[in-house]
Amino acid sequence: MEIGVCVKRVPQVGGRIVVTPDGQDVDTRMSGFAVSPHEECAVEEAVRITERLGGSVSVLTLGPPEAAEQLRDALALGAHRAVLLESGGQEWGPMATAAAIVAEARRHAEPGPGYDLLLLGNEAADTGDYQVGERVAHGLGWPCVTGIKHLDITDNRARASREYQGSQETFEVPLPAVISVKEGINLPRYPSLPGRLRAKRAVIEQHQPQWQPEGLRKLGLRVPETQPHQATVLGTGADAVPALVQLLDELGVLR
Amino acid sequence: MTVLCLVEMDAAGPTDASLRALTFARPLAGPGGGLCAVLFGRADQVPAGPLGEYGVTEAYVIEPAALDGYAPQAWARTLEGLASVTLASAVLAAGTERGHEVLAHLGALTGQPMAANCISAEATADGTLAVARQRWAGLLIEDAVLDGSPALLTVATDAVQPVPAGTAAEPEVHVHEPDLVPADLLVRAEVSAAAGGGVSLATARVVVGGGRGVGGPDGFAPLEELASLLGGVVGVSRVVTSEGWRPHTQQVGQTGTKITPELYLACGISGAIQHMAGCASAKHIVAVNTDPGAPILARADYAVIGDLAEVIPALIAALKARS
Repeated sequence: MEIGVCVKRVPQVGGRIVVTPDGQDVDTRMSGFAVSPHEECAVEEAVRITERLGGSVSVLTLGPPEAAEQLRDALALGAHRAVLLESGGQEWGPMATAAAIVAEARRHAEPGPGYDLLLLGNEAADTGDYQVGERVAHGLGWPCVTGIKHLDITDNRARASREYQGSQETFEVPLPAVISVKEGINLPRYPSLPGRLRAKRAVIEQHQPQWQPEGLRKLGLRVPETQPHQATVLGTGADAVPALVQLLDELGVLR
Repeated sequence: MTVLCLVEMDAAGPTDASLRALTFARPLAGPGGGLCAVLFGRADQVPAGPLGEYGVTEAYVIEPAALDGYAPQAWARTLEGLASVTLASAVLAAGTERGHEVLAHLGALTGQPMAANCISAEATADGTLAVARQRWAGLLIEDAVLDGSPALLTVATDAVQPVPAGTAAEPEVHVHEPDLVPADLLVRAEVSAAAGGGVSLATARVVVGGGRGVGGPDGFAPLEELASLLGGVVGVSRVVTSEGWRPHTQQVGQTGTKITPELYLACGISGAIQHMAGCASAKHIVAVNTDPGAPILARADYAVIGDLAEVIPALIAALKARS
């Protein structure tokens, strides 16, 4: 089973998000970086599948040279190969991102064996475009399922489930396929020490895809306005309970 | 202009998210414009009344005989066909799992851009749309220009409240037969399991939240008891699920569930912005926290300063004494 996992390096925003003075980016001078949460689970899921069925996990990212750090994090969790698609400092839209992933999948298929499965996060934590998986699938002519919380891979088929209106719906598709997952599909492991050492020594494959403009053009970013506000304190400890009960009554939530 | 809007249904009719999407679409269509709803279901069950109240002028229904159940690419192909039949300038869906998925397929099928989770959209003189959309689950807003003919976008589920039109319309119902190719049906949902009898986190009227301050897996019993006394459910912060104290299905926040309760009682939750992104639509937030400086106090309406292990059992006792 050849699995490609797409991850994105995103800022670890703390108590609040700050925008750069030109309004074009998130100010990351004070923040660390991590892989988007859904994608961390995608890496774990891929590693678990190959532990069970054999094969190899390639972790792919489109980003600056520093994104090698996130690739090494994934290698430390058990991915076997890492590919950095260099973004060249631009913010890439979902169409150009998908095109770069499609090109990498085709390149990987040239000598063979090619990917049987591409895993992505349901949406990136930062841009939240909700569409890269579908666009990759159309580019490759593969089926696509998204938002997956439970995945079974058997005999070149994938059985995948997700939540829908408080219940569950299931899809069954042939491989190769594109599947986007959500946090909660698994609980990612912590990297082992040998894993970290292996990741540190690994050679990262690099390519330079071509950036392309697209039809959703960012003018600027802003933090939504919120009124300065402080909660009304009802009291301290158990002494506050009568006031709390009265409040719940006023809100109409007591039965 | 003519605007096409995908309307999702549940047992009670159009979903709340779809009514919000119609509310959002109405000013875009403008007076004299066409607001066309697209529904999958039986023609004799089209909720023409509620759709008319929300200003829908035409309803296109795809019956199970033509396309049964949910198949994302087939739904997208159907919207593509209807957009050209109606000469729509924009195609919208609610920013739900299905809404995002169908519009993303439509973007991929047509090679057009798609703007997810818009909170506003206005036509400009040059035929583009000026949009504002959510990034970081709504913690950041992107102002952007959206090209596309038609323009494709999803509406953030908290962009607008669902508000009926001033004057109701009387939608004409058309049965539509989509032109599909076999590949459109490769991915389709098997019949979804019937919703459980319990209250779901996304729609609960009361959510009792638990965070790191709960202290461990054993600390949730009082929160569960309180939630059941209030007819609600328990929701948790990310640290609780990543510690394995509670299942991820209970997580509220950017990567969990977005909740919309009347009351969110957040116990031992500091209020990281990723968590607050999930409860921005709660009508009232009450925090129980030992730290009067916790960030959640800047977001909550009311607070009790104290240890939840003391406050919650006392609250349960007081509620039981009332009944």
